[in-house]
Amino acid sequence: MDKVLFLFLRRMRAPLLALIFAYAISVTGLVLIPGVDDQGEPWRMDFFHAFYFVSYMATTIGFGEIPYAFSEGQRMWTSLTIFLSVVAWLYAIGKILSLMQDPPFKLAVSRQAFDRSIRRLHAPFLIVCGYGDTGSLLVHALQQRRKRVVVIESDQNRINDLALSTMDIHVPGLSADASQSGQLEKAGVSNPFCEGVVALTDSDEVNLKIAITAKLLNPRLPVICRAQSSDTERNMRSFGTDQVIDPFEVFGDRLALAVHSPAHHLLHQWLSSVPGNELPMPVYPPHGRWILCGYGRFGKAANAGLAREGVKVTIVEADPEGTGCGEDCVRGRGTEADTLQEAGVESAAGIVAGTNGDSNNLSILMTAHELNPKLFMVGRQNRDDNGILFEAGRVDMVVRHSEILAESVLSHLVSPLLPQFLVRSREHDADWANELLSRIGAATDDRVPAVWAVEISEAQAPALSERLKREAVSLGQLLVFPGQPEARVPCVSLMLHRSSGSETLLAPPDDTLLEAGDHILFAGRPCAVHRLGRVLRHPSTLDLLLTGMERPQGWIWRRMRAARS
Amino acid sequence: MNLEKVVFGFFIILALTLNFGFVLGEIDNPAHHNVWELFAAIVVNLVATVLKFGDRTQTGALLLATSLVAVLQLLAAALVWGYAGNISAAGLSPTMMSSIVSLAAGAVVANVISVVLLIADTVNLRR
Repeated sequence: MDKVLFLFLRRMRAPLLALIFAYAISVTGLVLIPGVDDQGEPWRMDFFHAFYFVSYMATTIGFGEIPYAFSEGQRMWTSLTIFLSVVAWLYAIGKILSLMQDPPFKLAVSRQAFDRSIRRLHAPFLIVCGYGDTGSLLVHALQQRRKRVVVIESDQNRINDLALSTMDIHVPGLSADASQSGQLEKAGVSNPFCEGVVALTDSDEVNLKIAITAKLLNPRLPVICRAQSSDTERNMRSFGTDQVIDPFEVFGDRLALAVHSPAHHLLHQWLSSVPGNELPMPVYPPHGRWILCGYGRFGKAANAGLAREGVKVTIVEADPEGTGCGEDCVRGRGTEADTLQEAGVESAAGIVAGTNGDSNNLSILMTAHELNPKLFMVGRQNRDDNGILFEAGRVDMVVRHSEILAESVLSHLVSPLLPQFLVRSREHDADWANELLSRIGAATDDRVPAVWAVEISEAQAPALSERLKREAVSLGQLLVFPGQPEARVPCVSLMLHRSSGSETLLAPPDDTLLEAGDHILFAGRPCAVHRLGRVLRHPSTLDLLLTGMERPQGWIWRRMRAARS
Repeated sequence: MNLEKVVFGFFIILALTLNFGFVLGEIDNPAHHNVWELFAAIVVNLVATVLKFGDRTQTGALLLATSLVAVLQLLAAALVWGYAGNISAAGLSPTMMSSIVSLAAGAVVANVISVVLLIADTVNLRR
């Protein structure tokens, strides 16, 4: 508050002095100039009356209330002081208004508002650096999951977008360069409530600087970074950045997974999308030969993913030497029919349009579709606002790297168990994944499920921990409603991680006995989060669930019950 | 020599001298205390206060605080005078006069501190 107040006071010095002098001169004159009272006796205003008169005259309120009619001398003086004091007031008000419009002053006010909202943040929060396509997706998804977020973005326009977007929880936004260490400090990186830093800016260099700063200022903080080159990625990992995400690599991996097993790919998608949206439809990429247009970072990642699955790939690239795609690739952009024919589009099973221009990608897909309507089409969408075109082109799989990035970051932020689950789930076969999918779909009514983890500890599940000391409780017992055994809490347990035996159970069956220190990952409807939370926390709810009897809550009733039995 | 410093010092010291001049005399004798002097003291103190605005140093903050105290005391004295002269039935009685003067005397203390601070600051600057 200091800065704004001092700036205001310093700027207001001159107008305030003008006002003081105007008032002093007017009052002095009025007290000095003789007047006449109603009896015709000589009379002079005292200071009190003079000040009263000047106050209402100078502000142009003009009550017209004076003890006696003014003498000519008083009138002359008054007409002079009107100009003096009114001008002084206009000057002061004009100065205040121009100060309010002053960019440095406005900046100081907004910085102060930001500082205040950070100081008042008494709940766990995340710092997101960069509010571009990915950043805004991530912030909205985190809002859905009731997470508090602080945003740093160097572009003032995007901060304005943030201020205008409708958010359930206020998201403080700082318009500053996040790579300056002071700005991260301002955003609360050393605050005990800060839970992590996510660096999503376009520049690897800035992300690197953010990661270093965050790790130095608060080593316990998890840091998640976006990296575009493997060089930066290695650099970030070298000083302990917790997660480095390369959107292209994530996509290559996803594409390989989709080719390998559509069910696993769908499971992946369901669990990492934004909860509440409609569930994405499954895709069934074919196994035959694929054509890959564009061998940049994206193309290389897609090629690596497909090669891992043993799929044969024909590469089409405009600049084979520059990108190093080897001898057997087809030269050309892929937007023309003859290039695609040279690449054998008629006999191919799928095509990936992966250049960095949306119109080129669409053109490739449309040309290819004409030549071979059965082709499975994967299109890379670079700009968010072209979504409608890709939808109209009926592309089988659209790759938005902002979305991939946001989902990937989200899965790490939701719970460390989720990425672990996604990796471990690949060990199981497609039938297993399909069965889990149908259970999740049934529980959530074909909406993207909320994913959350609970820990059976004194802090997070006091009622259950207490109970477990006395008797065994199975997982299934927690997921029903009292008195109606066929109704289930709409959620599915995905994974149980036991800290004691360090064993991990995927899709644990209902008769699994719980132990203190277990971590369980659930997917289900958002309302199930609250239901389960109540069961774990409130002894009476848990009692009712396990025994079917309501336990008296008050001290007197408990005593009476004990005396009777 | 800096004109700003001259004006600054002038108003701060004038605030003290005017204030002191007003307080001087028998405490309950209206004849010893001139209303004009009180008016001038208030105006000069207000000016001194505004001149101290916007200095973020420790001394600056303390200087501003002393001025605010002095202005508050003097305005209280003026209010009492206005009440005694215009509203109270007893008029400007010795009791009223002594409370006016004692309020103004409090302002003198604040102004003395202000001047001492100013001198200390100047002496430090020279070293």
